[in-house]
Amino acid sequence: MTDDREREFGPYGGRFVPETLIPALEELETAWIEAREDVAFGAELDGLLRDYVGRPSPLYRARRLSEQLGGTVYLKREDLNHTGAHKINNALGQTLLAKRMGKRRVIAETGAGQHGVATATACALLDLECVVYMGAEDMRRQRPNVERMELLGARVEAVEAGARTLKEAVSAAIRDWVANSGTTHYVIGSAVGPAPYPAMVRDLQRTIGEELREQILAAEGRLPDRLIACVGGGSNAIGAFVPFALDAGVELIGVEAAGAGIASGRHSAPLTTGARGVLHGAFTAVLQDADGQVLEAHSVSAGLDYPGAGPEHAWLRDEGRVSYLAVDDEAAVAAFKLLCRLEGIIPALESAHALAWLLENPNAGGLDAMVLSGRGDKDLAEVLGR
Amino acid sequence: MSATGAATGAERIAAAFAGHGKRAALMPYLMGGYPSVAESLAAGEAAVDAGADLIELGIPFSDPLADGPVIHAAGTAALEAGVTPGDVLKVCAALAERVPVVLMVYANIVLVDGAAAFAARAAAAGAAGLIVPDLPQDESAGVRAACDEAGLALVALVAPSSSAARVAEIGANARGFVYAVSLAGTTGERAELAPELADLVERTRAATALPVAVGFGISTAEQAATVGDLADGVIVGSRIVRAAGDGAAAVAAVVEELAEALRDG
Repeated sequence: MTDDREREFGPYGGRFVPETLIPALEELETAWIEAREDVAFGAELDGLLRDYVGRPSPLYRARRLSEQLGGTVYLKREDLNHTGAHKINNALGQTLLAKRMGKRRVIAETGAGQHGVATATACALLDLECVVYMGAEDMRRQRPNVERMELLGARVEAVEAGARTLKEAVSAAIRDWVANSGTTHYVIGSAVGPAPYPAMVRDLQRTIGEELREQILAAEGRLPDRLIACVGGGSNAIGAFVPFALDAGVELIGVEAAGAGIASGRHSAPLTTGARGVLHGAFTAVLQDADGQVLEAHSVSAGLDYPGAGPEHAWLRDEGRVSYLAVDDEAAVAAFKLLCRLEGIIPALESAHALAWLLENPNAGGLDAMVLSGRGDKDLAEVLGR
Repeated sequence: MSATGAATGAERIAAAFAGHGKRAALMPYLMGGYPSVAESLAAGEAAVDAGADLIELGIPFSDPLADGPVIHAAGTAALEAGVTPGDVLKVCAALAERVPVVLMVYANIVLVDGAAAFAARAAAAGAAGLIVPDLPQDESAGVRAACDEAGLALVALVAPSSSAARVAEIGANARGFVYAVSLAGTTGERAELAPELADLVERTRAATALPVAVGFGISTAEQAATVGDLADGVIVGSRIVRAAGDGAAAVAAVVEELAEALRDG
């Protein structure tokens, strides 16, 4: 990176936010550029990722899955991280940065609650005040995660606007930040939002792809033919993909949620379906109507239930470097159940979308890697209720 | 565009700021299509009758990041009733016969078919300008060029947090008037005016020859009078939108009270 500031990805990204927030974004951008060059900051983050989160996460050769598919499949086990998903990589990095910036109050949004739990966890560890915005409907669906956040000392604010889910929770968090940016850091949960968030969150999640690269070279002596990850906002995918971006032999595949089917219009697949617009501060792939109203997303997986994707994904799609496809609710639930029985691993419903694509597109005799972005304990009610 | 003649939006805005005969121009904000399209037009007419010098007309948007609860709820109600940007442009066309109308519209609605297409539609509906609250200076060049081409003023916003360098850049690129956001936060009524307001208006004046209008957090006659002494224009939103929910007569009463406060002294 010759210019330290990374605000755009081709035509995507930018800072489509009220003027009030621009100085806060610039303060954050400067602080992040300084922090990532600072050896002491890096050592503290790496130490926590190792001793507290449990990194590096294992790369597991899925034996029975490989057998069934007739090729070799590795799973990058982000589900084994503390708090059960890749979200903690980003939450820890950003809360450490908040502390370094002298911001004692941290806010976050959450959908299913995984990012909220990760942020509440990091705030408990670092002794920061934590407020998590969560749609009232999501609070009802994800009661155990609300209780976890409260146990960890966070305050969970119910958001009653719109469909009372993740999109509105992000908006509520941004409104809070507009009013309180002097004292408050907003820990956004995915590689979305105004610059510098998409690049910063990617940098904090790159460890997924960097470890995966070393691990698969050690195990197989070569890079995989294909690397597959699920995409909601797209933080686990961007973190996994970017270290492989220059390896032309590695096919990169992002799997979105097709919900009830693309044709039904009830899905969460903005990259697959192609519209471009402004959502939550970035010009990116967005589900919208002809007037530019942002549409509600639909997916069985709360973590993918968001009408936008990160701007770098939109650019990687246009550049042809990553292929984006979508898998519907039914296929994801079937894949969820299959992995439980085949490997003794309960995957997050988000990750089950990536797995479902793999099941439908086997690579006979080949070598694939897939990010298992989180564990599925949170999804039992949803899956068993179907 | 019969009543607006050949004057550009910027010229019509300048005339409204020059000829109001009060301490400052009064610009009520109304949400287009709230509580219905017809009632929002009636509310706008009532506001003009009661002394509004310009009207800021909101186009409802699904994700209004700069708005507090009252305007957010009004926009949501309008969207639920099926109100479209086209409906609001019809209200604009009717009100523009009488006073300059500045559309308050979020970036995605402007950009969905390209800024040039939206600017042309707005100009055809008689709008004098656009306020795009999520389009800061750094992102605004394309939309400003499209507005200039269509004869619309792209109104720039400054905030208390804007640095001197940013205020200078924003002022240099402003059209019509500069919108000074009085406080760090979203739209909505506040008990007190923000202490940094006078400093912000002063800093903005130094950066532009255009009028400076202040909005966010102004609701009472007393607050309007105070701001009217500092700035060239006073923008009142949430209190008017709340009144619009009660009908055009309620809007007229609030606007009369505010206009009176700006005439006194």
